Amino acid sequence: MDGIFLQQLINGLTLGSVYGLIAIGYTMVYGIIGMINFAHGEVYMISAYLAAISLALLAWFGIESFPLMILGTLVFTVVVTGVYGWVIERVAYKPLRNSTRLAPLISAIGISLILQNYAQISQGARQQGVPTLLEGAMRVDIGSGFVQLTYTKIFILVAAFAGMALLTYIIKYTKLGRMCRATQQDRKMASILGINTDRVISYVFVIGAAMAALAGVLITMNYGTFDFYAGFIIGIKAFTAAVLGGIGSLPGAMLGGIILGISESLFAGLINSDYKDVFSFSLLVLILIFRPQGLLGRPHVAKV
Amino acid sequence: MSQTFYKKGFLALAVAAALGVSAFAQADVKIGVAGPMTGANAAFGEQYMKGAQAAADEINAKGGVNGEKIVLVQGDDACEPKQAVAVANRFVDQDKVLGVVGHFCSSSTIPASEVYGDAGIISITPGSTNPQVTERGLSAMFRMCGRDDQQGIVAGDYIVDVLKGKKVVVLHDKDTYGQGLADATKAQLAKRGVEPVLYEGLTRGEKDFSAVVTKIRAAGADVVYFGGLHPEAGPLVRQLREQGLKDVKFMSDDGIVTDELVTTAGGPQYVDGVYMTFGADPRLLPDSKAVVDAFRAKGTEPEGYTLYAYASVQALAAGFNGAKKNDGEAAAEWLKANPVQTVMGKKEWDSKGDLKVSDYVVYQWDKDGKYHQLEKQK
Repeated sequence: MDGIFLQQLINGLTLGSVYGLIAIGYTMVYGIIGMINFAHGEVYMISAYLAAISLALLAWFGIESFPLMILGTLVFTVVVTGVYGWVIERVAYKPLRNSTRLAPLISAIGISLILQNYAQISQGARQQGVPTLLEGAMRVDIGSGFVQLTYTKIFILVAAFAGMALLTYIIKYTKLGRMCRATQQDRKMASILGINTDRVISYVFVIGAAMAALAGVLITMNYGTFDFYAGFIIGIKAFTAAVLGGIGSLPGAMLGGIILGISESLFAGLINSDYKDVFSFSLLVLILIFRPQGLLGRPHVAKV
Repeated sequence: MSQTFYKKGFLALAVAAALGVSAFAQADVKIGVAGPMTGANAAFGEQYMKGAQAAADEINAKGGVNGEKIVLVQGDDACEPKQAVAVANRFVDQDKVLGVVGHFCSSSTIPASEVYGDAGIISITPGSTNPQVTERGLSAMFRMCGRDDQQGIVAGDYIVDVLKGKKVVVLHDKDTYGQGLADATKAQLAKRGVEPVLYEGLTRGEKDFSAVVTKIRAAGADVVYFGGLHPEAGPLVRQLREQGLKDVKFMSDDGIVTDELVTTAGGPQYVDGVYMTFGADPRLLPDSKAVVDAFRAKGTEPEGYTLYAYASVQALAAGFNGAKKNDGEAAAEWLKANPVQTVMGKKEWDSKGDLKVSDYVVYQWDKDGKYHQLEKQK
């Protein structure tokens, strides 16, 4: 394996891990209330603005060291974005819980437009940017070639996988996770057994938003630039990742994100970048033809 | 009950205001200013508005156009072709403009100008450089800038003569403007005997170009040329540097002429050394001195396309005055036959609406995030 190929693999892995983080929000919400939250990409966009605001605030208070800055930014962004997720669910989806399936979908599109315009009006239409936080890179020689890894990219990989591991732990081993899984399996039964399903649904929105916020901080660190429209493309990609991995399945979202990122990166790197999206979506179509439930999704069983 | 009263009251007020405005505006010369006022390229729309407003104020202070005042109407196309056509239709049907300064992205200017052409409205674009803008036989379409085929020749020659590029990568953003420019540069490179080692398109709106950057590394390139705009150029040049390609020269076009390039690249250290082609800096011309000083006195820098928009309004006003009536077709005819003294010097147009003399030169960005016209051009 030469350096170039390995480099492309790592490029794809970083991109894919971020797709995976955002895909978690789509897949968890779908799993629990069977609705696609089209406003999720915009939640990510809001978190990018929050990250920039937090960095500016910290710099204003004179905090300059990297660990403090990133920790402060992460906490601030995750908490505030979580509040956004909670409010969106309360305002736009909860009142529509018992209406037709299409109603919350339309309301999600509305929320997405509101958030975009809100960011544009309150923060201006210009491109926003943050200064580079973590400079420098690591160079690993492999045979005749080499792999160049910026410290930012290493940080992204570590943080993304730590986030995913933490979430998997919460869902698998905590009381909150058990409530989530129970509500996902059968909402009515869960509520009969004394689980406050409305509250669990709120938690799921907060968790999804928090994961999007983690992605928002990481992407903002890596690319340094964003605007109010930034949530659109990445939202579509993350949604694709969720469907690819099997919508409703948590490991599926992470796997789907990584597969999407790597396939994009390898196709662009080895063949042609003009058609990389064509390739990713063809892959999606192929997988859905042979496995309509996605890679790790469970086949739909009609309840009698 | 009181609620109904308020509603009715507001309605009446709104109607009165609307009537009042339109009745008052009837006697003015309305000029539409169209460009990306929002979206990723809003910086250019801002430059357009700033320049056009200053020009309109000055012309109005000197007596206006055929005795009437110029009133500007803003149109936001966000560099979206669909939205550009909607703006054009609104200008024609609702605002009833007589002339248009716009648009910015060639992909917006081309469809919008069809609407203006049908309505007999004169339009002049300060920044659209794609050849097709003036190649479709429209009688009242002008530009205040050069064309991509001219810009591509300058860029191609510079890469061969000065940068001594042997392994050149040509990238574009798959848009009318970016790809047209990349093609023009590629054609000139081919003429000079340099075949690009890599020719590919990126996707507008994305930020991760690391796959392409690794490919550039694999190709062992010494010069990268990018036809496109700053929202993509910034992250691209940053990721080039981050993957260790410190010595690869990066050249782009007049789509990155804004301080926002520094923002999108993540700091001046990344744009240091970037080359770009752009019309000779109008701020350095003796004709523009008074206007530039006036801008600076108000605390704004007339960067990028500001003076181009200023000159476009001047040209429209000169056309209407020269034709002695506020009519688009007549003004277009007059402009093709007579030179106009603008803030950017004396300008003349050929029968297609292109400038007779284009003045592309090469600029370079420095480590403080500012750009300068290079002394050595050949």
